[in-house]
Amino acid sequence: MGAQGKLVLILRRLSQAVPALIGIIIVTFLLTHALPGDPAAYFAGPAATPDTIAEIRHNLGLDRSLPVQFMVYVENLARGDFGQSISTGQSVGHELVTRLPASLELTLLALFISTAIAVPLGILAATRPDSWIDHLCRFIVTAGVSLPTFFTGLALVYVFYYLLGWAPAPLGRLDVFFIPPPQITGFYLIDSLLAGDLETFWASLKQLILPALTLAIFSLAPIARMTRASMLAVLSSDFVRTARASGLSAYTVIITYAFRNAMLPVITTLGMVFSFLLGANVLVEKVFAWPGIGSYAVEALLASDFAPVQSFVLTMAVMYVALNLLIDVLYGVVDPRVRLDA
Amino acid sequence: MTAAPALAVEGLSVEFRTRGGIVRALDNVNFSVDKGETIALVGESGSGKSVTAYAIMGILDPAGRISGGSAVLGGLDLLSASPSQLAEVRGREIAMIFQNPRTALNPIRTVGRQIADVLIRHGNVPRREAPAAAVEMLRSVGITDPSRRAKAYPFEMSGGMCQRVMIAIALAAKPSLLIADEPTTGLDVTTQAVIMDLVNDLAKELGMATIFITHDLALAGQRSSRIVVMHAGHVVENAPTDELFAHPRHPYTAELIAATPDSAASLDELASIPGSLPDLRRTDLPPCRYSERCPRKLDICSQPLPHQTLGADHVVACWNPLPDASAAKPMLSVATESAA
Repeated sequence: MGAQGKLVLILRRLSQAVPALIGIIIVTFLLTHALPGDPAAYFAGPAATPDTIAEIRHNLGLDRSLPVQFMVYVENLARGDFGQSISTGQSVGHELVTRLPASLELTLLALFISTAIAVPLGILAATRPDSWIDHLCRFIVTAGVSLPTFFTGLALVYVFYYLLGWAPAPLGRLDVFFIPPPQITGFYLIDSLLAGDLETFWASLKQLILPALTLAIFSLAPIARMTRASMLAVLSSDFVRTARASGLSAYTVIITYAFRNAMLPVITTLGMVFSFLLGANVLVEKVFAWPGIGSYAVEALLASDFAPVQSFVLTMAVMYVALNLLIDVLYGVVDPRVRLDA
Repeated sequence: MTAAPALAVEGLSVEFRTRGGIVRALDNVNFSVDKGETIALVGESGSGKSVTAYAIMGILDPAGRISGGSAVLGGLDLLSASPSQLAEVRGREIAMIFQNPRTALNPIRTVGRQIADVLIRHGNVPRREAPAAAVEMLRSVGITDPSRRAKAYPFEMSGGMCQRVMIAIALAAKPSLLIADEPTTGLDVTTQAVIMDLVNDLAKELGMATIFITHDLALAGQRSSRIVVMHAGHVVENAPTDELFAHPRHPYTAELIAATPDSAASLDELASIPGSLPDLRRTDLPPCRYSERCPRKLDICSQPLPHQTLGADHVVACWNPLPDASAAKPMLSVATESAA
């Protein structure tokens, strides 16, 4: 299969996602409109008269029938207009463009840290069963699962900010004295480097490190556990025995032969952990005043603010589709037996 | 037999720790292979043939422990060698091919690279020339269009082809001893003969000693000059092939021969061996692990197992071996009576 064939298959995969996205648009629209709470009443405030509320409802277009509202929503979406948040008055599109990179940067760094720790840990634990490193792995897995993120987050803030003073105050992506770098990718780390501004790079890295660690500690567990289990299974397989019998070096046997074969379930787990972190790091975002999309969506939901919630769900759906496609492509890279069209 | 043997195994004992207790998988196993000679290890499933090979290769399961003995190859005792010494010998001096070649190859690495890995590891070939050398190895094991096949993955090949690749991997470093563990299991019958011929031819060409592990006594008879019969982790008889078939001295060997289709005139005469292997976790295992199935058991059989040397080169672990001469006949007639 040539590169062109692969491209065609990827495009076909993408087109298969279209019905799913249409379904998601319909369902989120219906769900948000079925939610209890009246956005007009919320927007008008507690002192508003019924007349004012009715007027606001009319201005927001909420007095029209559901199908008409849906058509308006879809029309706007097609133009790239995600609507306006009624609680902040900001355009949702603009909020997403600034907030999604904030969440992504945090999540990706967290995932990078936890993978860099969990995968070697899992491999070591699998190659030395019942050694101290195996017990350490088991301890970390148990601890990581049982500690809620808001607790680890607060504990880290307490120790590294309050007690030791090593970390900056947990107040968002950048200290108030710094100006955010010009937005190119939306990732402060990358944008500041692109702008050649090392000071801002360090400042944003310092802000990132504690929330990223918090998420990393939480996501260590599934990755380490899956790596260990998958390695144990592969290490007892026939072809690893062959590799050992051929006198290949321990490194070749464990990394080139065993780990590459053990990678498929680890990649799947990484994908699951990533999508889970992206949607579920609301608590961490709250603890560190991180301007991400998780906290944005929760605030909007509490305020019966439709547009941000719909856009959040839609964004997540698109990310899931992209992520699954990426995982499928990675599968094909790792394992020649996997075919994209299967 | 003045020259040192290619491999001399003495007193090899192996234990496995399991939840059900300690399994004494091998107990005091002795045999040797001369340079260029092909011997066969024969026995039922679970008799310890493969464990013997794994112990020699140093690839026992972590639960397994070598509790005694030595296996001397070229002056080095493999069982007491350091991991680094062993790593030098494995694949270079002593190599192994396995049953089920399809699962014994790395599924996500091209066969050419798997051969090249061994070539590079054992230093015969510089890294840059390894791919071409791997293609040559594929050609030498009779794979047609080797340069194209080198880029194939095991799942794109037939079982017989995979076993040829396996052989190419094993012989890449031109070892002095090859252990072939049921190399034809899982292959269809026509391929089996071809693979066995290939192993024999290459062994002759390289002057390599071969230990051929099989449960098929007839196949062992065709392919080896000496047969070592194993039962429940013991070597019960060790004799030149012709001698063993003509004058089996251990009751178990005689039963095995009677149970082999070639020697019986018809299927009616085919005997099955009564009883099964004893549970090796038992703490009250008798000294002779065959005694509980044995029709010739005597009181003396509860004494420690003897290793009687009968004739020049014929060892039997039995207190009451069958008499010499046409020893197999009474056993065959017994089998006939029971079948009738």
